[in-house]
Amino acid sequence: MKKVMLAQMSPILGDLNKNFLKHLDAIDRGIEEKCDLIIFPELSLTGYCLRDLVYDVAIKAEHEIIRKLIDKSHKISIVFGFAYLDEHGLVYNAGAYMEKGALSYLHKKVFLPDYTMFEEGRYFARGKTLNGIKTQMGDTTLLICEDALHISAAYAMFKRGVSTAIIISNSPARGVYKEQFYSKSMWETVTKFISMSLTCYVIFVNRTGVEEGVTFWGGSHIFNPFGDKIMGLPLISESCKTIEIDINDTSRARINSPFYRESNNIIGE
Amino acid sequence: MDINLDICTHILTNFISEETKKIGFHNVIVGLSGGVDSALSTKLASIALGSNSVFAYILPYKLSKKENVDDAITFAKELGINYEILDITSMADSYLSLNNIIDKVRVGNVLARIRMVILFDKSVQHRGLVLGTSNKTELLLGYGTWYGDMASSINPIGDLYKTQVWQLGEYLKIPVNILEKIPSADLWEGQTDEGDIGYKYKEIDSLLYYMVDQRMNRDKLIELGFKEDMIVRIKEMIRKSQFKRQLPVLAKISLRTIDKDFRYCRDWGY
Repeated sequence: MKKVMLAQMSPILGDLNKNFLKHLDAIDRGIEEKCDLIIFPELSLTGYCLRDLVYDVAIKAEHEIIRKLIDKSHKISIVFGFAYLDEHGLVYNAGAYMEKGALSYLHKKVFLPDYTMFEEGRYFARGKTLNGIKTQMGDTTLLICEDALHISAAYAMFKRGVSTAIIISNSPARGVYKEQFYSKSMWETVTKFISMSLTCYVIFVNRTGVEEGVTFWGGSHIFNPFGDKIMGLPLISESCKTIEIDINDTSRARINSPFYRESNNIIGE
Repeated sequence: MDINLDICTHILTNFISEETKKIGFHNVIVGLSGGVDSALSTKLASIALGSNSVFAYILPYKLSKKENVDDAITFAKELGINYEILDITSMADSYLSLNNIIDKVRVGNVLARIRMVILFDKSVQHRGLVLGTSNKTELLLGYGTWYGDMASSINPIGDLYKTQVWQLGEYLKIPVNILEKIPSADLWEGQTDEGDIGYKYKEIDSLLYYMVDQRMNRDKLIELGFKEDMIVRIKEMIRKSQFKRQLPVLAKISLRTIDKDFRYCRDWGY
C-alpha cells in the first residue's frame, strides 16, 4: 500500500519564496503523516496567470529551491509544478517528480492552451515528449493539465502500460450552468475514462484560489483502475488529504478488463 | 442559460473574500440604489466578509424615487450592514446649473460620476474596495457611464446577465419588492432600462447568451428565431461600446507599452 497526499493549494502569484514555504509546510505534514508521495498542482511554485512574471520566476534545475526539495524527497516523493528555465534560455511549464533524493523525471508540458482565456503558448516553450518513469507507484506518468485532454497522451500512456497517471492541473471554473459545471464535468469524464480504459490509477490534483477574477475550482480526485472515484477533495477551498492505494490493483483490474493486453499486441513498441 | 446557484454563490463570495483580503483590505464600499444589481452585490459581500465589513452609500438626487431610497434603507437594515444616506443634489446642481446642463444623457453621466467620486473617497476613509454593481448585459451593451457606475475595484456580478442576477437574487432571498422592481437607472421620471434599450431583458439576454457565450453566427441566430434587426442593433451596441470595457488607448513608442507588451495581472504578488 502507498500513502498519497493530495495538496490542493492556492499559490501566491509570482512569489517563489512564499510558495516554497507553503510547499515545505505541506511536505513536512506529509512526512509527519508517513506519506509515500505528496502531489501539488500545476505551477504550484509560481501561480498561473504569470504573463511577464514568467521571466522573473523561471528557475533552472540547479536552483536552491529545487535542491532543497530534492533533499526533502529522501523522506517523501514529491510532485510539483514550476516554470523551468533550460540551458538555452527557454521557459517551460514543467512538472517535477522527485524520489529518493533525485529529480527522477521532469515533464515539460506539451499541449499549451492558447485559446479563449488561455495564453500559455505566448510565454512557454512547448515540450516534445510524453514519457514516464518507474517509481514506487509503479510505471508512472506525469501530465500537466491540457496534456491529459489529448488522446495522443492517453495513447502514449497506453503504450507504456502505466499503472499511475498523475495529472497536475490549474483548471479554472467556467461554464457554471444549472445542468452542467463545464470544467468539473469535463475533467471527471476524462479522468474516469483514462482510469477505465488504461486500467490504471488516475490522480488529478487541481489548484484553488482566485487570480484576476478567475476561480480555480479544486475538486482534486482519484479514480482507481476499476473506474471508481475513491477520493474527492472539496470544491474551491484549499485542502490537504491522504489516501492509501494499492498499486497492485492494476493487475487485478486487468483480469476483468484486459484492454492493455489486447491492445498491446497491436500497438507494439 | 440558467446558472448553478449554489456553486455560483460559492464562487462569487470566495471571489470577494479573496480579492479583498489578499491585498490587505477587509472592507468593501458599495452604492446602494434600491435596485436588484446593487442589492445582489451587497448581499454577496455581506455573506463573504460579514455585515460589519460592508459600507453602503445611498446617494439620491432630487429626482430619485423615494421608494428606491426607502427600499435601499430597509435592505441595508435587514442585512445589518453600515449605511449612510448622502443626498447628492447640491453637489450635482452646483455644477449642472452653473453650466446650464439639461441634456438627459449629460445629467445622467454627471450623477453617475458624482456617485463614483463619493464611493472612491469613502474607500480611502474605510480602507475598502469599491464593489461593482454592473451586470454582464449592461457591460456588453455599454448601458452605463464610463468611469461612473461602471467604475469599481472588483465586480462580483459582471459575468452574470440581468436574468441570471434575478435568478441568484431570488435564491439569496433579495426582498421581492427589489427583485420585482422594473429595472431603471432612476435618472428621470418614467425612465426604464428596457424603454431605453428598446427590448426586454429576457430577449436581450437570450440573444447575448447565444451570440456571445455560444458564439452563434447570424444565420444560426435567425434559425433560433431572433429577428435580424435586433441582432444587428445589439451587435452594434456591443461594438460601439468596446472602448468602455478597456483601458484608455496608449500611443505606442517604446519596446514595452503598458498592457501591450508590459503585461501583468493585478494580482501580481498576491
